Amino acid sequence: MNKEYDDIPGTFVFDADRSREGYHLNMFCISLRLAENRAAFQADEAGYLTRFPMTKAQRQSVLDRDWNEMLRLGGNIYYTSKLAANDGVTFQELAARMTGASSEDYRAMMLAGGRSIEGNRYKSEWEGKE
Amino acid sequence: MARITAGVGVSHVPAIGVAMDTGITEQPYWKPVFDGFKKSREWIAKAKPDVVFLVYNDHCTAFSAEMIPTFALGCAAEFPPADEGWGPRPVPVVKGHQKLASHIAQSVILDEFDLTIMNKMEVDHGLTVPLSVMFGQPDEWPCLVVPLCVNVVQYPPPTGNRCYQLGKAIRRAVESYDEDLDVVIFGTGGMSHQLQYKRAGLINAEWDKDFLDRLTSDPVGLSQKPHVDYLREAGSEGIELVMWHVMRGALDEDAVEVHRHYHVPASNTAVGHIILENKE
Repeated sequence: MNKEYDDIPGTFVFDADRSREGYHLNMFCISLRLAENRAAFQADEAGYLTRFPMTKAQRQSVLDRDWNEMLRLGGNIYYTSKLAANDGVTFQELAARMTGASSEDYRAMMLAGGRSIEGNRYKSEWEGKE
Repeated sequence: MARITAGVGVSHVPAIGVAMDTGITEQPYWKPVFDGFKKSREWIAKAKPDVVFLVYNDHCTAFSAEMIPTFALGCAAEFPPADEGWGPRPVPVVKGHQKLASHIAQSVILDEFDLTIMNKMEVDHGLTVPLSVMFGQPDEWPCLVVPLCVNVVQYPPPTGNRCYQLGKAIRRAVESYDEDLDVVIFGTGGMSHQLQYKRAGLINAEWDKDFLDRLTSDPVGLSQKPHVDYLREAGSEGIELVMWHVMRGALDEDAVEVHRHYHVPASNTAVGHIILENKE
């Protein structure tokens, strides 16, 4: 089914379909809110992940810290940011990694007023640039 | 009789809370963010609300993916600040107004808004950062709080119109409560920001300014804005702004702006803030 937000570039809209696909991945991420779970995960990442019936690809994306792949597989940023926090990665650093920019460049972009909306409304505007 | 006297719109960026909690608000990066709230703190010290009705969203803290209520009303005696993964914020426990909250629940549900009732709930930065920027760092919050938690994490959140109409129902509920109380309503979240994927860092200051302007010039028209406009123009997380319509709907249509503050950036986000008052 086509969705009216499918043509927005560089964006995953966390709708009911993504929520369904990402459920166990997101439940893993949110479990890291608690210190005892963080300790168990840090002691044995792969072992801890078996507690959550994720797909192989989801599990691998976590082990690889492939932040964009997690989103592609149904992860939501408020959840994946808990994994980043576990790793000592700040939200701004996480945002930089997802855009492929260095932390310095990303921070400078934000200080200069952020990413402009011009040229960033439609996927058609990104063609040939990605 | 209880009455809603004013509305406050305010971003709830977690880094703002961290800046206050770690005492770095005077640093050059943060000073312009906090300078814009000086007048707000003077204003609210004079307004002295008995109760703040606080519309916010939870960020997968009290509610995980297991349970996603669209509107959840906090009816507990108190709401402890939650551990969001780095320890609870060092802020006072939030005290509820249980009798008012249960009255609002009863009134609003009979008014056909099917709320979820929360008799136990922890609150995250979405609720505590707005209290911090408006009240500073007191030992106890100077008023009681009735929290309304809105789902804006899983798409779709409630429509702007639904939020605006709920604001009206909340006002009817408050005005039918027979204790003499001044209530200020907060709508929180936003403004433009996108936290995820390749378009992260998006800010649309022109769109934000138009949103702030239309809160007084065209609140009804503004409440009709379709979701896709927020997603496209204000970023995937900018859609939090639907919560401001609950605040706006609870005020008179001709409410006036008494203060505004806008600053980019706080971390990844445009900070927006407005105070609206009903005319006497």
